[in-house]
Amino acid sequence: MQEDLLHGAISCTAIVQYFLSNIQAQQHLNVFLSVYDKEALTQAIVVDQKIKNGKAGKLAGLIVGIKDVLAYKDHPLQAASKMLNGFYSQYTATAVQRLLDEDAIIIGRQNCDEFAMGSSNENSAFGSVLNAIDNNRVPGGSSGGSAVAVMADMCHVSLGSDTGGSVRQPAAFCGVLGLKPTYSRISRHGLVAFGSSFDCIGIFGNHVDDVALVLEQIAGADEFDSTVSQNVVSSYSNQLTETQKFSIAYIPETIENPALQPEIKATIEKKLGQLKEAGHQVEPVNFPLMDYCLPTYYILATAEASANLSRYDGVRYGHRSADAGDLTQLYKQSRTECFGGEVKRRILLGTYILSASYYDTYYAKAQKVRRLIREQTKALFQKYDILIMPTTPTTAFPLGKNTDDPMAMYLADIYSVHANVAGIPGISVPCGVDHQGLPIGLQLLADDFEEGKLLAFADFLMKLKGDV
Amino acid sequence: MKVDRETLDKMAHLSRLHVEEKDAEKMMEDMSNILNWVGKLNEVNTDGVEPLTNMSHEFNVMREDVVKTDISKEDALKQAPSKDADFFRVPKMLE
Repeated sequence: MQEDLLHGAISCTAIVQYFLSNIQAQQHLNVFLSVYDKEALTQAIVVDQKIKNGKAGKLAGLIVGIKDVLAYKDHPLQAASKMLNGFYSQYTATAVQRLLDEDAIIIGRQNCDEFAMGSSNENSAFGSVLNAIDNNRVPGGSSGGSAVAVMADMCHVSLGSDTGGSVRQPAAFCGVLGLKPTYSRISRHGLVAFGSSFDCIGIFGNHVDDVALVLEQIAGADEFDSTVSQNVVSSYSNQLTETQKFSIAYIPETIENPALQPEIKATIEKKLGQLKEAGHQVEPVNFPLMDYCLPTYYILATAEASANLSRYDGVRYGHRSADAGDLTQLYKQSRTECFGGEVKRRILLGTYILSASYYDTYYAKAQKVRRLIREQTKALFQKYDILIMPTTPTTAFPLGKNTDDPMAMYLADIYSVHANVAGIPGISVPCGVDHQGLPIGLQLLADDFEEGKLLAFADFLMKLKGDV
Repeated sequence: MKVDRETLDKMAHLSRLHVEEKDAEKMMEDMSNILNWVGKLNEVNTDGVEPLTNMSHEFNVMREDVVKTDISKEDALKQAPSKDADFFRVPKMLE
């Protein structure tokens, strides 16, 4: 596409108009909370001129949507919560700024679960996002709007956030690619905080090279985030064509899990067979701590969330209750009036877990198990390049199915949280559909900072498909 | 682990939240279920294991201490629900 742009066969303006008309025609999916139509068109004219003058940035022509947890100066930001009604950003997230610097165009702000808490996008103050393949089903969450935008041709790429699977799980439900990089690979400056030791900005796309190109632009050192990795960012997009034989591991329990939908099991078994035939080493491995990833995640992430969300107090910005007598009432009423049920549940749980009497039982225990999970995972990657498993136990489930049962909802992340607990990169790759035509995603995991290898393998796997 | 009403109210106070009467029963049930489930970690032997407290690979990243203004006072106050020329306003704390 960039070729066509450079040769004038297509203009940036035409691309923006195309996406805007798709957004307009599919408003019922409830994907965008704001569409920056005029701005995007104005910017497209600027970029078209730059292309003509031979001065365009590396992402000229790329149209991006951003999840409503990423700051973009002078644009609304509210994490799909009533708490931040009317709030707008006073600075731009590093990841977003780096896209703009390379002439990408931001087309709008995307719906998600409130404060990125959820696995179905049903926790948004703006209502559910609908899956474009079947409007009675969820798109996954929490970055549901960002996944559907790419699925339904409303932008080339979306930026989402992945704390426990919030990019990979909706990517699987929507049949698109969803990358969660290594923890600390991308600056978190300007990302609304949920679980700070887990939060990663992630990328949705339809093509591996788009995802690779965006990652190499937005990753890397940033003076606004002292935790971000100083490691040099590779040229991921140039490494995709490298041919190599991979050593691939799978954990038999993840495939034999009785809760796994049989068609997903069949897909992964078929893929493993194909990979073996293609000459790659494919071996089963033991990972006894798999069942402990999800409880570890919920202890630590709720604890971190309870601390992070204490900033929403009705004093400096956001909603303030109209009828609070004293300061404590002001805090309590402002928060109670605006936070949704899932957000309150997680704040209360996190507070319980961090309370003096239970700190060691839950919080410290989970931090210890986290170390064991990380060590066992790292040991695995000493021998293997890639760990392959399902992204989700089922394909997209019907709207309303799990809304009354938080535990059932949490299980949607059973395969995805491993990467967040261990801090490693993961990607969900679309691999066919089930008998109802619903997309199936396979998840690939790699060692810290091995995004190059991960994307090259994802590209290889995408090209291997067609016969599932 | 069973979360009773007293515990729920205590957690709600610490979290600066109210739990409304109609939601209390369900909230106690959900919290109890989740806490029982995460209690599964007790099956893992963690004797002698240090808690993992930092996921970043970076340690003491330093930069020059330069005086600069990222957001002005006016901008910081701009979105406050209640303010005067210099400060955020809240209800009186001391009589």
